[in-house]
Amino acid sequence: MTHKNERVLSVAELARVEGEGALYVRTRENRVEEARLDIYEPPRFFEAFLRGRSYTEPPDITARICGICPVAYQMSACAAMEDACGVTVPEPVTDLRRLLYCGEWIESHALHIYLLHAPDFLGYRSGIEMATDRRDLIERGLALKKAGNAIMEAVGGRAIHPVNVRLGGFYRAPARTVLAALTEPLKAALDIALDTATWVAGFDFPDHACATDDLLALVKPGTYAIEQGTLATRSGLTFPPAGFDAHVREEQVPHSTALHARLAAGAAGAGGGRYLTGPLARYGLSSRWLSPLAREAARAAGLGETCDNPFRSIVVRAVETVYAVEEALRLIAAYTPPEPPAVEVPPRAATGHGATEAPRGTLYHRYEIDAGGLITAARIVPPTSQNQAAIEADLRGFVQAHLDLDDAELTRRCEQAIRNYDPCISCSAHFLDLTVERS
Amino acid sequence: MMRTERTGLPAPAPHPAAPGEAPAVVIGVGSEFRRDDGAGPAVVARLRGLTPPWVRLVITDGEPARLVEAWTGAGLAVVVDAVRADPPRPGRVHRFVLDRPRPVDPVSRAASSHSLGLDDAVALAVALDRMPGRLIVHAIEAADLGQGPGLTPPVAAAVAAVAGAVLADLRAPSQPASQPRM
Repeated sequence: MTHKNERVLSVAELARVEGEGALYVRTRENRVEEARLDIYEPPRFFEAFLRGRSYTEPPDITARICGICPVAYQMSACAAMEDACGVTVPEPVTDLRRLLYCGEWIESHALHIYLLHAPDFLGYRSGIEMATDRRDLIERGLALKKAGNAIMEAVGGRAIHPVNVRLGGFYRAPARTVLAALTEPLKAALDIALDTATWVAGFDFPDHACATDDLLALVKPGTYAIEQGTLATRSGLTFPPAGFDAHVREEQVPHSTALHARLAAGAAGAGGGRYLTGPLARYGLSSRWLSPLAREAARAAGLGETCDNPFRSIVVRAVETVYAVEEALRLIAAYTPPEPPAVEVPPRAATGHGATEAPRGTLYHRYEIDAGGLITAARIVPPTSQNQAAIEADLRGFVQAHLDLDDAELTRRCEQAIRNYDPCISCSAHFLDLTVERS
Repeated sequence: MMRTERTGLPAPAPHPAAPGEAPAVVIGVGSEFRRDDGAGPAVVARLRGLTPPWVRLVITDGEPARLVEAWTGAGLAVVVDAVRADPPRPGRVHRFVLDRPRPVDPVSRAASSHSLGLDDAVALAVALDRMPGRLIVHAIEAADLGQGPGLTPPVAAAVAAVAGAVLADLRAPSQPASQPRM
């Protein structure tokens, strides 16, 4: 506290978020005047770096944007480039991609639930401090995460930055026996995932609704969309990935190198606005398409058909983890190696669009290529930048409602509020400075 | 001393007790698209084909749980990472050995180039009793951690020496720690 009318809170680095950035909150006379989340956005560098390179390279290059969700980048890149080239991959390839993606969801969600988010609810300053006290819980989380890693290694070639993905499919299809060996570990992981959902459902959640105008996620009737689908909003709009540019506007804001995404005017019921993508959006738009077991886990965890409380996003992630493990088991049981493992994707002068559901939300890619297959333009819109405006609005509302808290507690709660959205470490930044000025 | 045709580095002597001995792992931490942050992966790339079969080569982004998974069960783990130093001397290498790590502050910050770094991983591993038998860290001072591929000249110049030092660690895992070197 600086003096009786002005307070400044600062956290040099916000722990347990995936990236670099800063949060600045300014209040005057007990009103929040400004709430900014500044993030630095590596995809903008990659967009420039990709120009002039071969159309076959984005799956490998963009996977390096993020160590947590490389599969998402690979899948969106493949989808966009195959769209440009007019190629539809056969179902066995799609199934194998979905299996790989399930591995990433399991790994990412387990990491966030156990090491990044749960400590907030249990009163620990970090997952490491929690590990000293509750080693059993952290080991359980790591065992769940390991099941996801095993899928990534078996299908993707390695757990970090998979090397087996190419346009049209895979360089090599894993043998049936290789995937069958994952069955027993995944059955054990399913038990852990169910226990996880029960565990997090018992946390104490503040009564809070996300301050967003709309939700955006891929939907595919009959299944919980991950690797393909149509974009849909809670307000009733649907459009294919090719419509992303028309329906989603990105605008510069002075405090951040990341662009803020908003739905175009007219698209969000009352006239467009900020929106949220990620687990809450997926669940709100597709909970009916979860498996019966995942739906039962959601019901037992106290979730309805939708969930608007970002603090409960940890429960939604747990339910999605149940689904991802179960889906992986289903895909492995039905697995027949695609033959050939990849279809040819000959280049042509065109523009292609791809969108898939990264663990943190919709990840959109667009590429323009010439007849020789050289990339002339690239656009990558990660979920964290799409969520940035909604996160800021949510923080503004959250701080306004909790100005009675002292500096230390308000700072802690703001950090937790940011972690509700699991902003991506690597997609966004390295350090998050938190400053709250009150006057 | 025999030198390999590919890199000119000295080939490691056969490990005296490789069969049945706890395996070793060399972990390069960093991103090849964040300039000098790619120093760790560059060292691992240089070691490919030069290490015995009982040595695993791993590249990771430094996420603590992954680091812990990577070295769990290893008799020796050698980690190569870029670091920020003040004042900086880009390319200078520090070698640390952790035989008996002490508990650390669970919310302490890392000196690594990553927001969650090696000290977080060590703290997590200690809490979970998952430390390798021996942990050796080669930390290379970085000059540029901005966007883009390619190491700066002083860091690139250090890669071969660090790769050689890692091979020496693999040949003589009981070698004591040394002071920072050029």
